[in-house]
Amino acid sequence: MKRLALILLLTMIGFVALAMEPIDYRSAAEEQRFRALTQELRCVLCQNQSLAESNAPIAHDLRLVILRLMRAGKSDDQIKQYLVARYTDFVLYRPEVEPLTWLLWFGPGLLVLVGATVIFAIVRRRSADTPTALPSNDNQEW
Amino acid sequence: MIRRLLPLVAFILLASLLYVGVRMNSGRDNSAIPSPLIDKPAPAFSLPVLGDATRKIGNKDLLGAPYLLNVWGSWCVNCREEHPQITALARSGKVRVIGYDYKDAPEDGQRWLAQFGNPYEIVIADQDGQAALDWGIYGAPETFLVDARGIIRWKAVGAISDEVIQQQIEPQLAKLAASP
Repeated sequence: MKRLALILLLTMIGFVALAMEPIDYRSAAEEQRFRALTQELRCVLCQNQSLAESNAPIAHDLRLVILRLMRAGKSDDQIKQYLVARYTDFVLYRPEVEPLTWLLWFGPGLLVLVGATVIFAIVRRRSADTPTALPSNDNQEW
Repeated sequence: MIRRLLPLVAFILLASLLYVGVRMNSGRDNSAIPSPLIDKPAPAFSLPVLGDATRKIGNKDLLGAPYLLNVWGSWCVNCREEHPQITALARSGKVRVIGYDYKDAPEDGQRWLAQFGNPYEIVIADQDGQAALDWGIYGAPETFLVDARGIIRWKAVGAISDEVIQQQIEPQLAKLAASP
């Protein structure tokens, strides 16, 4: 029972951390979709926060617009498109995969691949160079 | 020999990458989002005139000559900073300057103009900030240059300095004058 209370309390803290004005959700599903969508969109004014977290007036306005569009029956993609058309893909935390964002999407993987190749080559060469025991370094001063 | 130089080469490559990155971003406000509306028609709007709520202004009313749309609000600190420059530009007669009172109580907006001066040809009031979303406005000050046919040609986020006027707005106006 105590544990349950603690879990409930901790979940509530999580919700308080969101800068949400009270919204009369029509259903739990709507609330969930709204939260998921606003957390995936970046606030245009305070760019280190999502629309869900931001207290900026523009974030407040955009949240209301998102809710309005949701209720007008727009899909998540259509809502994102609405925002991209006005504020560019700055608003998307996960921008579209297109030539301009290839480096962003695949760059890290490429770097890991290059690094792995280099390490592999070095390890291979070392193991070929030192066939038996390592030379004694006991007298060497560092 | 080449083996030995490899770390140096790697270092030089990395250093030049960083240098290019820093050069590309220096002197630029990285928080300013480029407008996706450049070279696109200004969004349709119909907003009341500040101080005369019965009179509405739409984008069609502003066609015919280029205009600068200056987004400000009485709550906006940077707007005070740029106001002398905006005023000078409006008084110079080089371009019409339209005020856009963003997310502001009309009384506050009027008091602000009384205090700091009103250089605008007309000021439209967007009290709840809904029409501003179509412009991609996300704060103040922001400034748009719209040509005579209602196409957005240029946008700046942040206070307008003399430098911005000379290096960006005036060349844009010259370009518009050359090819109307």
